[in-house]
Amino acid sequence: MPLNTAPNLPDPDGFYDELLRAHEGLSQAESEALNARLILILCNHIGDGEVLREALRAAAA
Amino acid sequence: MVDVRYDIAFRLYPYVRVSAQDAAPLRHPVVIVGGGPIGMAAALDLGKRGTPVLVLDDHEGVGQGSRAICFSKRTLEIADRLGCADAMLAKGVQWNVGRVFHGPERIFEFNLQAEAGHKYPAFINLQQPYFEKFIVDEIRAAQAAGAPIEIRGQNLVTGLAQNDGFVTLEVETPDGPYQIEADWLIACDGARSPLRDMMGLGFEGRAFEDNFLIADVKMTADFPTERWFWFEPPFKGAGQSALLHKQPDNIWRIDFQLGWNIDRKAELDPARIRARVDAMLEAQTGTIPPYELEWTSIYTFQCRRMEKFRHGRVFFAGDAAHQVSPFGARGANSGLQDTENLAWKLDLVLRGLAPDALLDSYSPERVFAADENILNSSRATDFLTPKSDVSKAFRNAVLKLAQTHAFARPMVNSGRLSVPCTYDGLPLNGPDALNGPARSRVGAVCPDVPLGEGFLLNQLGRGFTLLGINTQVPDSLTESGIAVTPLQLSAQDGPLAERYLGAAPAAVYLIRPDQHIIARWPLFNDAATRQALRRAIGKA
Ligand SMILES: Cc1cc2nc3c(=O)[nH]c(=O)nc-3n(C[C@H](O)[C@H](O)[C@H](O)COP(=O)(O)OP(=O)(O)OC[C@H]3O[C@@H](n4cnc5c(N)ncnc54)[C@H](O)[C@@H]3O)c2cc1C
Repeated sequence: MPLNTAPNLPDPDGFYDELLRAHEGLSQAESEALNARLILILCNHIGDGEVLREALRAAAA
Repeated sequence: MVDVRYDIAFRLYPYVRVSAQDAAPLRHPVVIVGGGPIGMAAALDLGKRGTPVLVLDDHEGVGQGSRAICFSKRTLEIADRLGCADAMLAKGVQWNVGRVFHGPERIFEFNLQAEAGHKYPAFINLQQPYFEKFIVDEIRAAQAAGAPIEIRGQNLVTGLAQNDGFVTLEVETPDGPYQIEADWLIACDGARSPLRDMMGLGFEGRAFEDNFLIADVKMTADFPTERWFWFEPPFKGAGQSALLHKQPDNIWRIDFQLGWNIDRKAELDPARIRARVDAMLEAQTGTIPPYELEWTSIYTFQCRRMEKFRHGRVFFAGDAAHQVSPFGARGANSGLQDTENLAWKLDLVLRGLAPDALLDSYSPERVFAADENILNSSRATDFLTPKSDVSKAFRNAVLKLAQTHAFARPMVNSGRLSVPCTYDGLPLNGPDALNGPARSRVGAVCPDVPLGEGFLLNQLGRGFTLLGINTQVPDSLTESGIAVTPLQLSAQDGPLAERYLGAAPAAVYLIRPDQHIIARWPLFNDAATRQALRRAIGKA
């Protein structure tokens, strides 16, 4: 299964809002820690090494 | 003069003047330089095969001090073939449970409980001096039974020259220097390998900017026999991580990761060490039980290896060839696998049964293994010592998530405990023609299996084995002058079927003297077996 980079979120604005709200009131370090946990949780959910490598490449590009 | 560089725990091979010191240089088939665990195991293996071997060590016995404590199942299996595993198992401490803490939080625990149906446990803890002594004890027993092994203590090798067809060594003794010649030389002279330097060979890799304080503490307090590991320990002065692990004789190994910029001398002050140990013990028990400091030292760690482990008539094995950080206990454990790889090859070549080309396979096989060990041990070290803010953020994220989510626990890395490497895709391998289990694929070490009262690995002798499961293999087969030992078994279900058949109804395995699998097929085929054997001895 290739990395899906087509629009896939049912409510893009709503999700973006939730993401920012999760960081509200956090210090820089707390935000970084939250992001790190979030990345790990999502990567585990995806679980497909090839997709994850593609995602890493896409993010780094 | 031969300097004493370290204290001796067991004086096992005192210096004795030999007549060779006054004569013209004598030629030996195999000389081993260095009588650490790896050199002694090599000597025992070769000697039990009947190949004469001389060990030169610059001390008179086994060094004191805290080094290896965790010895793996594969090490015990090798030691069993060599005849000294029972003593190790009897003295060693067995443990299964490990607990991981982050600060004051107990994150999770794991149980190493090895799969059932193996003769040996996943690990034992045993002080390295005992481990070495048991090997030398077995050498003494083998000598008494006629094995051609000689050990010369206080024989310091100071020079080496490779000639056409042999090696000449300069040896210093308390009675002055003499020379020895060797057809083959095994350099087991440790991480600082003077022989490597004499030959001008490199030792490249990575040094980790960290200091580890190691304290072996004797106490009778009633701690459970578990491995406790703290990331960012909550007790005072413990550094970045700490470890508590039990050894025999009521000794506990305590490690503190102190960081890079420390004053080593000040940190080794017993009062300072005691303050640290007190804080750790008090945090765990609420009191400070009485204890004695048995041994303390500070280590820095490297991960590096030589580019090649064979240089003409000289082979490098153990720490001389490769060095890893101790997280994962891969130093002595992997060194033992070096000698087990080399011994049967040298023995066959010395008997004229295999060509020199067989010896060329030693380096690629053991370099492959060293790279796997270095990779594992570097990854553990990177987890323990995050190198940047972001790596620390991820590391701590893993630790936090591991408290509540199972998925994060396998990412927590305080050392991946040593397992033998599978020689995937290397030149001695034959065909993998069976649709069998991955764990017993070509290149792997044979997994152990209970057989009646005993175990499969004990049925594999010192030579090559042809194993037939649910299908006939011939009673005898000799190829290139080498007699292969048949082993006929049957299995419907249970560990043998699971570990060797998988979905296949029957299987034939050709197995090397070091218990690695050469080839496997659904049925016996004479020509294919002979071809695989020729390849496994470097003839094809
Ligand atoms: C703190 C610590 C913890 C460790 N924990 C583990 C663990 O849990 N499990 C594990 O498997 N490994 C562990 N190791 C690694 C293990 O101790 C080494 O891998 C092992 O000792 C290597 O054995 P060796 O025989 O290759 O070398 P060494 O043990 O170093 O032996 C080399 C020998 O050669 C002799 N010698 C040197 N130069 C000469 C010369 N010129 N002439 C004659 N003789 C010479 C020396 O005196 C010595 O006897 C640990 C290491 C450390 C430091």
